[in-house]
Amino acid sequence: MSANIITLTDDTFDETIGSASVPVLVDFWAEWCGPCKQIAPILEEIAAEQAGRITIAKLDIDANLAQTQKYGVMSIPTMLLFKDGEVVETLVGAKPKGALLQDLSKHLS
Amino acid sequence: MAISTKVLIIGSGPAGLTSAIYAARAQLGPIVIEGEPSSTSDQPGGQLMLTTEVENFPGFTDGIMGPELMGQMRAQAERFGADLRSEKISRLDLSARPFRAWVGDTEAAEATYEASVVILATGARALMLNVPGEDRLLGHGVSTCATCDGFFFRGQEIMVVGGGDSALEEATFLTRFADKVILVHRRDSLRASKIMQERAMANEKIEFLWNAQITEIHGDTKVASVSLVDTVTGAAFTRDIAGVFVAIGHQPATDIFADQLDLHGNGYLAVHDGSRTSIDGVFACGDVADHTYRQAITAAGTGCMAAIDAERWLEAQGS
Repeated sequence: MSANIITLTDDTFDETIGSASVPVLVDFWAEWCGPCKQIAPILEEIAAEQAGRITIAKLDIDANLAQTQKYGVMSIPTMLLFKDGEVVETLVGAKPKGALLQDLSKHLS
Repeated sequence: MAISTKVLIIGSGPAGLTSAIYAARAQLGPIVIEGEPSSTSDQPGGQLMLTTEVENFPGFTDGIMGPELMGQMRAQAERFGADLRSEKISRLDLSARPFRAWVGDTEAAEATYEASVVILATGARALMLNVPGEDRLLGHGVSTCATCDGFFFRGQEIMVVGGGDSALEEATFLTRFADKVILVHRRDSLRASKIMQERAMANEKIEFLWNAQITEIHGDTKVASVSLVDTVTGAAFTRDIAGVFVAIGHQPATDIFADQLDLHGNGYLAVHDGSRTSIDGVFACGDVADHTYRQAITAAGTGCMAAIDAERWLEAQGS
């Protein structure tokens, strides 16, 4: 996994999101999800290109059911964008890089 | 400047990648437009990317996972020099040679690609129910991907809509998680293969709801119930349900060339003499031109045919 992407767990989730100084995009994923694997390289690119503007984090839903249920995730990949600890954007399903950047851009400064 | 290539392959399921393997080995340097990431079957790798175990592809005694099989085909095509690109063709002009293809802006004066030969392997995409509530609750209990979303329905009661092999495969797979899977079918018999039917019928967790059609999906933030109609009596009824998995079949993905090539009455691309379409130099393979078999192995077989037909056509043209 890329050095640019943070791996979250149920335990580290709240602290990481709460203390972030830039928006955090959390990718809820699992090993057995094909579309999740397709967006993984796109997220790595965005993490590298947008470093300092956005933090990209991943949560493996298999091992972290508590946060997955807390946010009502019922389909993966689901990506939640947190700003100041609040969800400001919910993106369900894999999509191309351009479309993803467009969805994120309005929340980035 | 448009990128010039001898062979442009559009699609990256078993048909597109097999044609890429053959064309690359024939030193034709094919460019493969493999599509863009999505959570539907309209994605690089095609329909098999959303399946689990593929048990009927020859050579894999114990079966192989769909995404794994497609990963192998992709790597094999790359090994021989196929140039795979994760993008989508937005416009195709087959009216003159070289054929021209655009990515992104369809109004751009200059095409993205120019090709001597085009091999269409665009496949088929999943049909949706088109009922109220479906769009709004997609990803919140409505799903087209059992392998992606089955996990979230542990211990719950869910529906699978459809009567073909893929519906039964999904229903069977979903019993790993759900307490009960109700298979909703608008007729009173299935069109699925015998082995899939027997497997589903023998599964205690699968219940069949015959002659029923969903007319609306209800739920505030997630699916809670559905309205149905009995297709024989016309009686309407509702049922509480936590999830709806849609597997009612596919339609050929012909958008970018439907008005330029001969199609069958049912919308599938018409081919003759192997893989030839109604335009000389344009070949087709896989599900986009096959409403009969629709198997990974037949797609791969016709992909091979298209590459060989294309190679011979190029030779005959002296290029």
